[in-house]
Amino acid sequence: MARRLINCVVNGDETDFLCEDGDSLLDSLRNEVGLTGVKEGCGTGDCGACSVLLNGRVTCSCLVFSPEADGATITTVEGLADGDHLHPLQECFLEGAALQCGICTPGFLVAAKALLDANPNPTESEVRYGLAGNLCRCTGYDKIVRAVLEAAAQMREANV
Amino acid sequence: MRYFAPTTVEEAVGLLAEAPGRKVFAGATDVIPQMRAGRPEPDGLVDLKHIDRLVGVRKTATGWVIGAATPTSQLTGNAELSAEFPGLCEGAGLIGSDQVQNRSSLGGNLCNASPAADSVPAMVVNAMRAVIASGGGTRTVAVQDVPTGPGRTTLAPGEFVIEFELDSAPANTGDAYLRLIPRTEMDIAVVGAAARITLDASGTVTAAALALGAVAPTVVRVADAESALVGKAIDDDVLAAVAAAASAACNPIDDKRGTITYRRHVAGVLAKRAVTIAAERARNRASGTPSTNGGSH
Repeated sequence: MARRLINCVVNGDETDFLCEDGDSLLDSLRNEVGLTGVKEGCGTGDCGACSVLLNGRVTCSCLVFSPEADGATITTVEGLADGDHLHPLQECFLEGAALQCGICTPGFLVAAKALLDANPNPTESEVRYGLAGNLCRCTGYDKIVRAVLEAAAQMREANV
Repeated sequence: MRYFAPTTVEEAVGLLAEAPGRKVFAGATDVIPQMRAGRPEPDGLVDLKHIDRLVGVRKTATGWVIGAATPTSQLTGNAELSAEFPGLCEGAGLIGSDQVQNRSSLGGNLCNASPAADSVPAMVVNAMRAVIASGGGTRTVAVQDVPTGPGRTTLAPGEFVIEFELDSAPANTGDAYLRLIPRTEMDIAVVGAAARITLDASGTVTAAALALGAVAPTVVRVADAESALVGKAIDDDVLAAVAAAASAACNPIDDKRGTITYRRHVAGVLAKRAVTIAAERARNRASGTPSTNGGSH
């Protein structure tokens, strides 16, 4: 069967790639588009390491068929920074040592961005529930939660 | 495997009629993990999300119509629906993480036919109906008549759910859904319980519905609990009868999440609590107080 051509916008750039109908968006982003910040953890939607924004909504890219991306707008962790300026979430993860092995980090950053887009001033509890779809086996989550709260505070201040 | 994205119900019906090995999907949150776990890959997957009628929450003159492929985040994000049917939105909102919520749907949750499907008990107590595309037309059935056992439904090959109909709640009515899981978030229900209660001005129950999930091969309506409630004011004796009826209605399995004995006991506890919350919401609605979100997340 002929491979299918998909046109979409990834991190602000018009992008096209070829896929088989049964491919996952995760595999296409990594292997065809070259965005290896998107990580594969479980491959079944439990761990959130493959989180991307699909048309602005946080989604596990392992649970999306690549043809579904045709015409879509996608943001991966590579799209968070503004040139050389890291996103406040990325800065706060670095400053707060909110990562150890790092494989969950891109997914946490993308999910945290979606969380703060929807709720710029979350409580700790809202952050914990909001990030419940992202698993981390290193940090015990505490530093991640604190980094997200700190980034939220900085972003609110910057927007005043 | 081929992927199809029809834009009309008729086109989807035609695609399914062409080849019997094709299946419909909405968010793929069940179909992809099942393929990964080794279930045979379908010959083709028909994506229902490009059909306008299948996506969206619409208010009508008599109630609501919810497209079968609507992401459940659109239900929990709809303030008016959440205020009128907080229990339904609690159940729908418990299907997985935020990532999953942006893909999971009532149609998928019902037709995947897991006994533990979190949205189904609340759909049942609210007497929701499934409108099913069938051959050249449609047929409408009660949600509780769709699942017949784990992974099995009454849908014939080539049929799929288009949308759900939900009548406006009568005055002084509240619903609630509670589930027990071994952790605080992101797990499969050991037991789920949905209740809907309508009260009269004196606080007497005029209508009651109770449904349990994860305690039998399909969702279970607990008729004995409902008859124990109707005509009574809710007190400890009535709640004890509700709990006993709920425990007796269970036909659970033993598994790593819970034993038969444990599930029976918890079903009674959750049934009492769900009835209590639903009745509280019914009272608050009567007095004009907004519904509280008293359910577990």
